[in-house]
Amino acid sequence: MASVTTYDEDLLIKEQGYDDHFHEHHHGDKYQSGFITHYIFSMDHKIIAKQFLITGMFWALIGAAMSIIFRLQLGFPEESMTWLKPILGKWIVVNDAGIGTLAPEFYYALVTMHGTIIVFFVLTAGLSGTFSNLLIPLQIGARDMASPMLNMFSYWFFFLAGLVMFLSLFLSTGPFSGGWTAYPPLSALPQASSGSGAGMTMWIVSMVFFVVSVLLGGINYITTVLNLRTKGMTMWRMPLTIWAFFVTAILGLLSFPVLVSGLLLLTLDRSLGTSFYLSEIFVNGQALDFVGGSPILYQHLFWFLGHPEVYIIILPAMGLVSEVLSVHARKPIFGYKAMVYSILAIGFLSFIVWAHHMFMSGVNPFISNFFVIFTLIIAVPSAVKVFNWITTLYGGNIRFTSAMLFAIGFVSMFISGGLTGIFLGNSAIDIQMHDTYFVVAHFHIVMGIAAFFGMFAGIYNWFPKMYGRFMNETLGRIHFWGTMIGAYAIFWPMHYLGMAGVPRRYYKFDSFDTFSHFADMNKFITIAAIIVFALQVLFVINFFYSIWYGKKMTTKNPWGATTLEWTTPINAGHGNWEGNIPTVHRWAYDYGKDGNEFIPQYVPLGENEEESH
Amino acid sequence: MNVAVTEPKYRNKIHPKKFALWAGIASILMMFTALMSAYVVRQAQGNWLEFRIPDIFLYSTGVILLSSLTLHLSYRAFMNGKARAYRTNLILTFVLGIAFVVTQYQGWLHLQSIGIELTGNPSGSFLYVLSGLHAAHVLGGIGALTVALVHAFKLTYKVTAIRKLRLELTMLYWHFVDILWIYLIVFLILQQ
Repeated sequence: MASVTTYDEDLLIKEQGYDDHFHEHHHGDKYQSGFITHYIFSMDHKIIAKQFLITGMFWALIGAAMSIIFRLQLGFPEESMTWLKPILGKWIVVNDAGIGTLAPEFYYALVTMHGTIIVFFVLTAGLSGTFSNLLIPLQIGARDMASPMLNMFSYWFFFLAGLVMFLSLFLSTGPFSGGWTAYPPLSALPQASSGSGAGMTMWIVSMVFFVVSVLLGGINYITTVLNLRTKGMTMWRMPLTIWAFFVTAILGLLSFPVLVSGLLLLTLDRSLGTSFYLSEIFVNGQALDFVGGSPILYQHLFWFLGHPEVYIIILPAMGLVSEVLSVHARKPIFGYKAMVYSILAIGFLSFIVWAHHMFMSGVNPFISNFFVIFTLIIAVPSAVKVFNWITTLYGGNIRFTSAMLFAIGFVSMFISGGLTGIFLGNSAIDIQMHDTYFVVAHFHIVMGIAAFFGMFAGIYNWFPKMYGRFMNETLGRIHFWGTMIGAYAIFWPMHYLGMAGVPRRYYKFDSFDTFSHFADMNKFITIAAIIVFALQVLFVINFFYSIWYGKKMTTKNPWGATTLEWTTPINAGHGNWEGNIPTVHRWAYDYGKDGNEFIPQYVPLGENEEESH
Repeated sequence: MNVAVTEPKYRNKIHPKKFALWAGIASILMMFTALMSAYVVRQAQGNWLEFRIPDIFLYSTGVILLSSLTLHLSYRAFMNGKARAYRTNLILTFVLGIAFVVTQYQGWLHLQSIGIELTGNPSGSFLYVLSGLHAAHVLGGIGALTVALVHAFKLTYKVTAIRKLRLELTMLYWHFVDILWIYLIVFLILQQ
């Protein structure tokens, strides 16, 4: 066994580092001079990451608040909502007795917007936008993204998409209300529902801006990972975070354009009278001109994006969790290569399972078999990952920080939500489960809560890197335990509702008695949702309080991590490293090796030391 | 401590911007692939109006092929120090690019005259959408060519790394929209 390695960080980077002459060019820091170029139209990846994060948090609060309103309707359908009138205005209809009810069309708008906002603005832009931007250059040893300019545009297109969607909330006819999947004919006929007119138009415009943002970002992430890695940073030495962001960006690059195609045909149907998705339709007893279209065609195009999209959401969370688990268990990640191959396998399989969202839409049952098989095969790489996370924890010297708690919580959520995916992936069982609360429970746990947990793990872990201060740990733990228990309290009962056949998206269940015995369960879910929402507000308070008043970071590498981002100065300026870029000599997971607590990536291999894989 | 390691060489085989353009091309290709898959799926469902692709779309194919050739010649001239041939061929490419869009427009007029409207049977709508979306990408290419022209005539002729890269990026994109159109027209002729 080799002796304990000693090294001087600054000296090593100075002597061994790679000199790219960055600081000899004055343009290096030029575009950070003023307030506007520094904080608003910034081209620094670290600032852009914060912009994505804070915008994402804004949208998360709006999306979650919407869910609280429709949960109130579901849990307490008899209660008066007059007190919401100051916020929702005409969407609360007050009768002569002063009892206010939520307008049904606005209930649908809330459900639709909740889905759109959380899936796209929070868990795509807020998650992968934040951490790809922050970590890709820092962890691979690059000064910035391949194109800082496109990176800036990526954020501002996201901002624009958000702005259009936000304005659509205030339309007199309301925002789009036909479900976040925007199936025709509700999305194709402006006269189909109140949100299908201007609301839907703005939804499409917003989504197109959003896709532009994803593509600009994704092109940048892929190019940066492939071209700007520092000396010695081979693909097989990259941290799993980078692998996850890399594959996520590829998925986005290949799937989002398909959504644009789908929306292009939808727009033509809406405004120029083509019949791609519409066929022989009557509205208010009047036959429309459309002939020969197929609404299923839209579903194919949508889910060809839609399914990779759920992996676009979960893969970055998986990458963050892998890194956090390893750092805080003080152990190498178990099965690094298996982790990479399973990320790649999940990425590949995500493109050939889309029709499992359409088992009940009348697709050929023999084609369904194909999709059932590939859907179930996804369980294999997913199980490999879960196994590796648990074995990474096994025998580890675990530090239960807030970041670690959320990472462990992620694994729990991913298992619970993943198992119900095996039910739903079977086209026969799906006949009963389709469009019930079972589906709602499944995807909220496996890609909603799990992805949020991955995001929280990432925020608590990298907050010191972003702001040079720590978040409050006590509040973090309260946040974790409350959210962990609360999230199960919300979604676990929904499985029972779903198995009993309670359909999702219904405004209320009092027209028939079949589901009336679930009234108390719905109340319980709503109360749990309100508590969990309050805890997220606590998190946001902790976040902003800590930016200015959190405990200050005194050392560069507070968690004792091996990766390169912790070699940059505490408040790194543009260009990340003051002197040379560190050169990499080993993988990112040398924890507890040869008697060393951890060996950072820039430390050369010792004389008799073998490189780990 | 001693250092005895062989490091993989630090290398960039391809310029990051060129790579980024390739990635962008991949995403544009996915957009067209989606529409073409939709075409095949919709066609298989029947109720599909069959008509002959107007010959004018074959002429436009010739025009855009020619424009790729002149752009390539312009690049060769640029690299070999022939400033005049570089500028002339660049203008020719630009004119041919405009001619392509005009020819496509003539093709759409011809379709109208034989009764294939945008709003009729989806078989016609798909042709308009595919060729229209492609034309939009060609217009983007014409924008890039305009920038290249401004560079060619405003700046004194000089081969520098950045100007070479700019021209190569323009050329890569232009060849892409050219090949994309050939792919589309072959697809349309084989599928009808």
